[in-house]
Amino acid sequence: MIDAQARVRLAPRVRLRFDRHSGRHVLLYPERGLELNASGERIAALCVEERPVAEIVELLAAGASDTPRDLVERDVLAFLGALEGRGLLEVSHP
Amino acid sequence: MTAAPRPYTLVAELTYRCPLSCAYCSNPLELGRAEDELDTATWIRVLREAAELGVLQLNLTGGEPLARADLEALVAAARANELYVNLITSAVPADAERLARLAAAGLDSIQVSVQDTDAAGAAWVAGRDASESKRRMAAAARALGLPLTLNVVIHRGNIARLPAFVALAEELGATRLELANTQYLGWALANRDALLPSRAALERARQQARDAAERLRGKIEVLFVLPDYYTELPRACMDGWARRYLLVTPSGLALPCHQAARIETLEWQNVRDHSLGAIWHESPAFRAFRGEEWMPEPCRSCSRRALDFGGCRCQALALTGDAAATDPACVHAPRHDLVVAARARADALGSVDGAERPLLQLRRVRGTT
Repeated sequence: MIDAQARVRLAPRVRLRFDRHSGRHVLLYPERGLELNASGERIAALCVEERPVAEIVELLAAGASDTPRDLVERDVLAFLGALEGRGLLEVSHP
Repeated sequence: MTAAPRPYTLVAELTYRCPLSCAYCSNPLELGRAEDELDTATWIRVLREAAELGVLQLNLTGGEPLARADLEALVAAARANELYVNLITSAVPADAERLARLAAAGLDSIQVSVQDTDAAGAAWVAGRDASESKRRMAAAARALGLPLTLNVVIHRGNIARLPAFVALAEELGATRLELANTQYLGWALANRDALLPSRAALERARQQARDAAERLRGKIEVLFVLPDYYTELPRACMDGWARRYLLVTPSGLALPCHQAARIETLEWQNVRDHSLGAIWHESPAFRAFRGEEWMPEPCRSCSRRALDFGGCRCQALALTGDAAATDPACVHAPRHDLVVAARARADALGSVDGAERPLLQLRRVRGTT
């Protein structure tokens, strides 16, 4: 379960890279890939190193001043939850 | 004409040499010789051309890719092109030091085949039981931090041990467990009557896989792939002909799938003579079944034609003699009776566990192994 207190990081051997064919970033993992939209890319990039979810929300909210913070938090948690469900995220609760 | 989409995955069949002889092997019935294999430099060119075409995922397979002495160099070349490199292996021979060298060269993940948790069952279907070797390689992969997929081809002879496969995946620390029913083409079609499970066995296994997937969510991804003989609708074979996948055989033929060279009415081109990009975009064989223009009725007007792309061309050929026919797996196919008859034979047979295992036609390879 991911909440704002959790710390997250991309699982080992999950690779974030730019795909020049689509002009987007992709997350690559065993035999699969996930094409990211702009906010997915920013969140994934923040997960390359272990980081508290609250910090990710702050950084995203700072870049989206016209979006209410609780909406940003909801979207970040939903995206991270989707990554976790695919086994792409390491989650710890300090 | 349909514009070519961009391929995501290259399946590189590096060699047909293999220490196992699985009766459902996806390699062709007529296997080439080791002397005909592409050399290192050609493979490295192919990997670069694949990346330029848009490929993101590389599956190094065979046969047994560990039989290639240049595997480390190929992994390094793939990583230099930013490909995600998956090793698809029987894990024979187990060699932890070699796996460490491959990981150092940039290997991203490893998929180990599991024939059976029952030694006699494994020997029946693959010619030998290699489970100790697989355990050692799995442990080595885990020690190196490589994500581990276990792949089990499911058939009549092992379907009862589905819970044992789940337990093995947990014990070995796998992140993914593929429980893929046999696709009845090539060697598997030759052995179909011995391998196709009954409907009852299949339903039980499917439920067990569902329960495991639920219990292990976020830890192990558990996939259960039904055999299309029972789905009444064709599978989206390779996600559509020459749409997302391409495959290169040990001797350099570029194909849309493992079995496509069996379609002898098409002219297959070799990467020794043409670039991968030219073959993907321009070769008549790759364009033959791309899109919908080739489709006969009832596919052409079917509401599912963009979901299953008309099913499997190789299965259509193998069962009806016509690669452009509607896949007989489909309930609407004129020759669906062929699949119904095979199912009826499977239901009439009992389990093959115990002493009554029928003789299988095991895969054979010419040249050295």
